[in-house]
Amino acid sequence: MQKRRMRKTIVYHGFIWLLGFIMIYPILWTIASSLKPESEIFRNAASLIPSEWMWENFTKGWEGFGNLSFSTFFINSTFVTTIVVIGTLFSSTLVAFGFARIQFRFRTILFVCMIVTLMLPQQVTLIPQYILFHNLGWVNTYLPLIVPSFIGGIPFFIFLMIQFIRGIPRELDEAAYMDGASTFQIFWRIILPLTTPALATVAIFSFYWTWDDFMTPLVYLNDTELYTVALGLQMFSDPSSLSAWGPMFAMSVASIVPQLLVFLFFQKYLVEGITAGSVKG
Amino acid sequence: MRKNRTNGMKLRKLRSQTSIDVIGFSFISPWLIGFLGFIVGPMLASLYFSFTDYDLLSAPTWIGLDNYINMFTNDERFIQALKVTFIFVFGSVPLKLAFALFVAMLFNTKRKGIGLYRTMYYVPSILGGSVAIAVVWRQLFGRDGALNDILAFFGFEGTSWVTHPDYALSTLIILVVWQFGSPMLIFLAGLKAIPYELYEAAAVDGASPFLQFIKITLPMLSPVIFFNLVMQTIQGFMAFTQSFLITNGGPMDRTLFYAVYLYEKAFAHFDMGYASALAWVLLIICAVFTTFIFKTAKSWVYYESEGGN
Repeated sequence: MQKRRMRKTIVYHGFIWLLGFIMIYPILWTIASSLKPESEIFRNAASLIPSEWMWENFTKGWEGFGNLSFSTFFINSTFVTTIVVIGTLFSSTLVAFGFARIQFRFRTILFVCMIVTLMLPQQVTLIPQYILFHNLGWVNTYLPLIVPSFIGGIPFFIFLMIQFIRGIPRELDEAAYMDGASTFQIFWRIILPLTTPALATVAIFSFYWTWDDFMTPLVYLNDTELYTVALGLQMFSDPSSLSAWGPMFAMSVASIVPQLLVFLFFQKYLVEGITAGSVKG
Repeated sequence: MRKNRTNGMKLRKLRSQTSIDVIGFSFISPWLIGFLGFIVGPMLASLYFSFTDYDLLSAPTWIGLDNYINMFTNDERFIQALKVTFIFVFGSVPLKLAFALFVAMLFNTKRKGIGLYRTMYYVPSILGGSVAIAVVWRQLFGRDGALNDILAFFGFEGTSWVTHPDYALSTLIILVVWQFGSPMLIFLAGLKAIPYELYEAAAVDGASPFLQFIKITLPMLSPVIFFNLVMQTIQGFMAFTQSFLITNGGPMDRTLFYAVYLYEKAFAHFDMGYASALAWVLLIICAVFTTFIFKTAKSWVYYESEGGN
């Protein structure tokens, strides 16, 4: 009996490791290829160990092309992502507090509107929004990437915050109100400090989606100096002009390092965010 | 409970409904501005543009239903894009959910090391949508790629999978199935919420693990399956980056996603009227599917709290 259980455990862990290795193989492969000499990327395609460690792939790749180095793209992406995260936190907390705690008229119908926009395909508003931004003279600036976050551009975050605020006991608000606190003070002094874990979740998701976003910058940014990392990498990897594979993979790795680091350090908040929307709701 | 209610009553008495309205609307105003200005307004505009010929430079000219008629009678690429997108959605969504459920069930144990495994299996979902992985995919499934290298080891000869008309779409389906992390985590949370006593009772009655899965796991999990199904289906119809970056719609439009075709019409040909019509057709398709899933949900989604609550 003991032996059989032991064998079952070994089979279980063995299977999970094998499947897990297949799952992360493409990522390990990318890292390996970023350190391989040029010729080896194709000759020994499947191998994960470079015969020679070409660290210069990274320095070469970082130089980019023309007079544009990856420093520019990273600075641009960092700038856009930081502002978007701030904007998302600003709009999602205020709006969520309003929906979760204040009994204003038309609340239910407006809440339903918000839930419906959760399921609205992005493509439907893409073209008219482009025309709108075009007429405002915002094309080829960061405004179309940044402004939507300040006005609740991604309703998922509002929904997440509402779910969280609903879990905070109302007695706290009421006690503060009895002590003479205004609604804004209740929001700022009582609710906001208690939502820190949810704020972390929102910040992390909005970081991911902005850093990763390809379509929005593709549509709105024309000048290469304004490119984010995603666009820069796409230009760098264009098959028709690509010659240096090693440096290109090195920059692919560099572009995912921020996401990987945030994931490894903050995955707890990520898991909570993903499950909060579905199971509790 | 009772005290709570009296407090609430007091609150309501102290403030007039109007002042509550003012405060409430101030708090939600960021969203309300965005909703009216960036969603409702643009949607109405795009409905209008879909009945016009509009190239962004000259004023839109009204052409009635021409865009829609052309689409269905005169545009083979539109039909092709629809076909590709349907194959993609119906291929990838069930596979992704089945795989996510399978892994979630593997992880639903009290064994050691689950935290580490979960991290390992979730990493692809973090990075899978990035340009970096798109670039890698082109390489992995290319003629001189890693897959063919492995196949050669076993004595098979591969082809250039990403550029082969018969296989290109499959490589994209594999890419999105590989990002099964979010539905997996949601399934896992759902599985943990199923009371263990149900399984114990079933086991006492002699139900096999398979029967337990069919009779307990699936019904108890159905609200979560429903949520995942809706979200993944909509995401599937919207998919863009994979096709745009890896195959660019090719070879021979075999991977022409609807979103890619729409992008081409709008931002390569600046045919904004036609592209708006395409967007509305997409919206209608998504709405029909979502309604269909919601309607059928009554017959297969089991809510524990129903009746009792």
